[in-house]
Amino acid sequence: MQTILSLENIVAGYESKEVLKDVNLKVCHGDFIGIIGPNGGGKTTLLKTILGLISPFEGTISKSDGLNIGYLPQVNSIDKSFPITVKEVVLSGRLSSNNWWKKPDKAQLEKVDELLAFVGMQDYKSTAIGELSGGQMQRIFLCRALISDPQLLVLDEPNTYVDKSFEENLYNLLGELNSKMAILLVSHDVGTVSSIVKSIACVNGGLHYHASNKISNEVLKAYNCPIEIVTHGTVPHRVLKNHHS
Amino acid sequence: MNDILSLLSFDFFRNALLAATLTSVIAGIVGSYIVARRSVFISGGITHASFGGMGIAYFFGFPPFMGAALFAIGSSLGIEWASRKAGIREDSAIAILWSLGMAIGIIFLFLTPGYTPNLMGFLFGDILTVKISDLIGLLIASIIIIALVSIFYEAILSTAFDSEFASTSGLPVTVVRYSASVVIAITIVLSIKVMGIILVLSLFTIPPTAANLFSKNLKSIMFGSVIISLAGSICGLIIAYYFDLPSGATIIFTLTGFYIILRIFKAIKIK
Ligand SMILES: Nc1ncnc2c1ncn2[C@@H]1O[C@H](COP(=O)(O)OP(=O)(O)OP(=O)(O)O)[C@@H](O)[C@H]1O
Ligand SMILES: [Mg+2]
Repeated sequence: MQTILSLENIVAGYESKEVLKDVNLKVCHGDFIGIIGPNGGGKTTLLKTILGLISPFEGTISKSDGLNIGYLPQVNSIDKSFPITVKEVVLSGRLSSNNWWKKPDKAQLEKVDELLAFVGMQDYKSTAIGELSGGQMQRIFLCRALISDPQLLVLDEPNTYVDKSFEENLYNLLGELNSKMAILLVSHDVGTVSSIVKSIACVNGGLHYHASNKISNEVLKAYNCPIEIVTHGTVPHRVLKNHHS
Repeated sequence: MNDILSLLSFDFFRNALLAATLTSVIAGIVGSYIVARRSVFISGGITHASFGGMGIAYFFGFPPFMGAALFAIGSSLGIEWASRKAGIREDSAIAILWSLGMAIGIIFLFLTPGYTPNLMGFLFGDILTVKISDLIGLLIASIIIIALVSIFYEAILSTAFDSEFASTSGLPVTVVRYSASVVIAITIVLSIKVMGIILVLSLFTIPPTAANLFSKNLKSIMFGSVIISLAGSICGLIIAYYFDLPSGATIIFTLTGFYIILRIFKAIKIK
């Protein structure tokens, strides 16, 4: 498989502290990697390093030529009163370093309709972004990440805010998309993650790559990853139900 | 009505109208961008900072407008740099440059011997003494701003809305933001002629805020605020002339009046 992205001996973090130490990761075409780890473990920092939003203190990142990455951020620090419509937000995802001065073409405008229909938001095309609920906004940002047909899709906890029925649609969609693009999915829902991803990366300061989607608590412990998997069945979301009963 | 038409036969009044029109165009467009980005105090900060350049220019005897323009561009870029790179919050950076510029201006004016011509005009605006060269400056700025905004609208919008996302998709976010800073500074300095240092802030804020009542789309807010600003400045100008009031201050009154009327209109429409 062709490698599209590789991180070698990355040390990264913020002015005040190093968060990631000696991280190595290879992403190939067709990969679907679930990224798990405790709060503050450095998952978002890892994604930001991959996206070039923060530059690593040490190590090298190599990307295949013109690698197009679609990104769904974890928290949106966007201004809810900003005067922009849903359609414009989705369209903004099509801009890149080699077309940012171009107007949208017909195919791209059609793609907007198609994506909005897919996430069930076709009636909101001219709604202001600030008038959406958290889950609706999350769907729109997913469309924004997808409109450029990226070769790598990077999702930072896409299931926050969205309801269960859309979450299932989302996971089905990701499965489908994976035939066209590699996916990095950060999630705390380890049970579900392991049912859809192909491999797992545990991030807690360091990164431990696990080449299969089956992972046990023992392995997590060995990886220095203090999270628990609660898998009482194969059905996603079982975890929550068990807590309630 | 005839009175107003006869006013048009005066060169100074025609020039004033042209200046008000062109200023409305640039301030309406640039002001909408500023309001959308929630940095309305940037216009207050830049104008007041430009006062420092004006003071230095009076002291050394070069054109005050040049001094103001240099200080405006410098402080606008400085605010952008401070908030992006130096980790200073934008509102704090604005406040610091605002007062620093005023302080520099006051000290140099104090040190300048004798009479400082036009000082009141710079502080409060002096639209009735607009020169052809001012009009040409405003016209060129209008053309450039309209061209930039229509060609690069998508990139400007996307960068202003979510610059982190824009930079992950490879947009030249830094270039867009610094260019916007320069354009904002130039627009503000050109508007000083009409509104004066003290009052420019409102010309960049009231019309977009009024337009924002009726639209949640940046492009239509830009159109709307040009129209509102145009109507407000022309009415203000005529009232100022008849009652012999300062033009800048009168324009603010008419703009605020328009805003209140539109607000009431909207409330009625919703019911
Ligand atoms: N902008 C920042 N400046 C300084 N430190 C930061 C910044 N953002 C995150 N950190 C620190 O870096 C560490 C890793 O944060 P990161 O956001 O990568 O964690 P995460 O694994 O994504 O956690 P979560 O599961 O809560 O999303 C944390 O200790 C956090 O305090
Ligand atoms: Mg995170």
